[in-house]
Amino acid sequence: MTERVGVAKTYKLYIGGKFPRSESGRSCPVTSHDGAFLANAAQASRKDLRDAVVAARGAFGGWSGATAYNRGQVLYRVAEVMEGRRQQFVAEVRDAEGLAVDSAESVVDTAIDRWVWYAGWTDKLAAVLGATNPVAGPYFSFTVPEPTGVVGVLAPQRSSLLGLVSVLAPVLATGCTAVVVSSAARPLPAITLAEVLATSDVPGGVVNVLTGQAAELGPWLASHADVNALDLTGADAEQRVELARAAAETVTRVLRLPEREPDWTTPPGIARLRAYLEDKTVWHPMGV
Amino acid sequence: MKGETVFDYAPAPENPDIARVKQHYQPFIDGEFTDGGGEPLKTLNPATGEVLAEVSTVSSSDVDNAVSAAREAFERVWSPMPGTERAKYVFRLARLIQERARELAVLESLDNGKPIKESRDTDIPTAAAHFFYHAGWADKLGYAGLGRDPKPLGVAGQVIPWNFPLLMLAWKIAPALATGNTVVLKPAETTPLTALVFAEICQQAELPPGVVNIVPGGGDVGQTLVSHPGVDKVAFTGSTEVGKQIQRQLAGSRTRLTLELGGKAANIVFDDAAIDQAIEGIVNGIFFNQGHVCCAGSRLLVQESVVDEVLTNLRARVETLRIGDPLDKNTDIGAINSAEQLAKIRELVASGEGEGASRWTSPCPVPERGFFFAPTVFSDVESSMRIAREEIFGPVLSVQTFRTLDEAVTMANTTPYGLSAGVWTEKGSRILWLTSRLRAGVVWANTFNRFDPAAPFGGYKESGFGREGGRSGLAAYLQGDDDD
Repeated sequence: MTERVGVAKTYKLYIGGKFPRSESGRSCPVTSHDGAFLANAAQASRKDLRDAVVAARGAFGGWSGATAYNRGQVLYRVAEVMEGRRQQFVAEVRDAEGLAVDSAESVVDTAIDRWVWYAGWTDKLAAVLGATNPVAGPYFSFTVPEPTGVVGVLAPQRSSLLGLVSVLAPVLATGCTAVVVSSAARPLPAITLAEVLATSDVPGGVVNVLTGQAAELGPWLASHADVNALDLTGADAEQRVELARAAAETVTRVLRLPEREPDWTTPPGIARLRAYLEDKTVWHPMGV
Repeated sequence: MKGETVFDYAPAPENPDIARVKQHYQPFIDGEFTDGGGEPLKTLNPATGEVLAEVSTVSSSDVDNAVSAAREAFERVWSPMPGTERAKYVFRLARLIQERARELAVLESLDNGKPIKESRDTDIPTAAAHFFYHAGWADKLGYAGLGRDPKPLGVAGQVIPWNFPLLMLAWKIAPALATGNTVVLKPAETTPLTALVFAEICQQAELPPGVVNIVPGGGDVGQTLVSHPGVDKVAFTGSTEVGKQIQRQLAGSRTRLTLELGGKAANIVFDDAAIDQAIEGIVNGIFFNQGHVCCAGSRLLVQESVVDEVLTNLRARVETLRIGDPLDKNTDIGAINSAEQLAKIRELVASGEGEGASRWTSPCPVPERGFFFAPTVFSDVESSMRIAREEIFGPVLSVQTFRTLDEAVTMANTTPYGLSAGVWTEKGSRILWLTSRLRAGVVWANTFNRFDPAAPFGGYKESGFGREGGRSGLAAYLQGDDDD
């Protein structure tokens, strides 16, 4: 009996609901924590990034215009589909981060549950963060939170799955769309997550995942005039300042971050949701 | 083109087998289906008057067992469980209702008599939505504005009506479970079946035993449940008469209470309203669910200058409504839920004629078998008449006129009820002015009968107190930091 030869997967980018290679033709070898070869991940270029922003902008109208209930069900569906791929994620997280089985399982479970947490937020944000304003006049005035638009995310470099989910899910829960640059050295769980997103009723373009170097892509993302907000978690401390400065050119919102990559197992609050919301105040006269 | 039929509708009946009706149903206590000690009841298909199924009911000792099971589940499993885990159980319930939606819709229409298009498009999807919405709250209660760490109350005793059987169950059970309470629920005597299928769904979701208990029976069971010393919280939806009894009974006790009672909503049409749109809203407001709706727009208040136009268009529109087999997908108005309710509607309609209002009833064909009542519109109605004051809970509309805005507000508020109201005008500022003056818990403007788990629902005055849905709905099942 000959042993069956496995079919190795090509890890590609995820842009506009499709899985292209990098237009640059570049790839980068990915190794496990102990140095074994895992795959050649596509190495995204400036043009790939710009294509991803176009896709995210194109998807924004539909995603932000969907009912909050609908978005909640879609995010919950992501958790359902991820649960079905639990073993695959455990294996990939182990390869990427060198965790013991039980730690990797715990990380994956927490990542799945994080989608559930954010799924529940979509139709509650307006009730928790919005208001009717008791203005001193015959007007009905109310304030609703609305999604800011396209969010550029440099995903955490260390936590390849839980960290990624923790920064991505709140973007989607608010109704924003995302361009994500994965961990440079540990990109494979991000692409597998993209496969989950592609099969979970998340419309194409709502999430775009680029594997590559945050250091290379960060400046293009930060200075892109069609990006409304930035999460620079995956940038190193020195580059963050430079990127934040570039963002100022188009008054792009920059998420406030702790200096070091946080412990992603800690239950999140709502800071990341608030960061991607704009308050809109509406006035209407009252009277006969 | 009045009276001229452009085309006929071929019958499009839903297959009753989809409902998987069983001959015999059992109470659900502590995770198990077992026969209760009460006299079995027979639930009818109101469209035929024939027996649909037999249901075992509970005795007072069964209620004791259910309350004990709920207490045990509350203390050992459900309230200590982290919200993130509780949430996932409630999400499962939402998903299972979605998966079994068609079965539940057909069963609801068979047991209740409502048109399949309503059970299919409103009752069941909205029930699933309630579970989905509340599931998301289970691990976010600290954000609800009810204190940093609000706590569940304990065992909730819940009694629901027959007009929206599964949906009312969802309004009751979803917030109770999400907030960490356990439940003993009594479905209505004439519509117990979907609640017992929901019990099966609890098993499929592997909900811990005792978290949800379903105790079928009549008013006596409801009475036993709401006055049970092991119950921490009573939630009742039903008539104002029974609501008052329960409030009286619980007066002075520590048991918390929310009541969602009757209504006599004013649907106010101004002369600048988009009349065609208003006609649709008026029809929906009073003929949706055969008018078996506590928030039904049963009093139409029309500005005098447009009353002729409104009445003419309304009658023409109502004539097109098809009354008949609830399982037919083309049916607009199904069966009245019970012979008793039909008798009540007939009695009130007779009083309207006796007191001098002008009756118009749609000439549509009405089935000979079963409990049906053709859509009816009364004009020349005086505020003193019973049909203007009492809740008919049937497809009967009373039309009155007004001249000024102030008069409209006064007429709308001249009722002991205060559940809902409708406003039809193209002027936004007038809508907002009016909403601040209407003494009602829900006001619909240029629409009617909208329900969403994110939007609180409940009444002013004798329509009850407490809200269901939204953040306010959670308050009914939680004690905040500053509560005693």
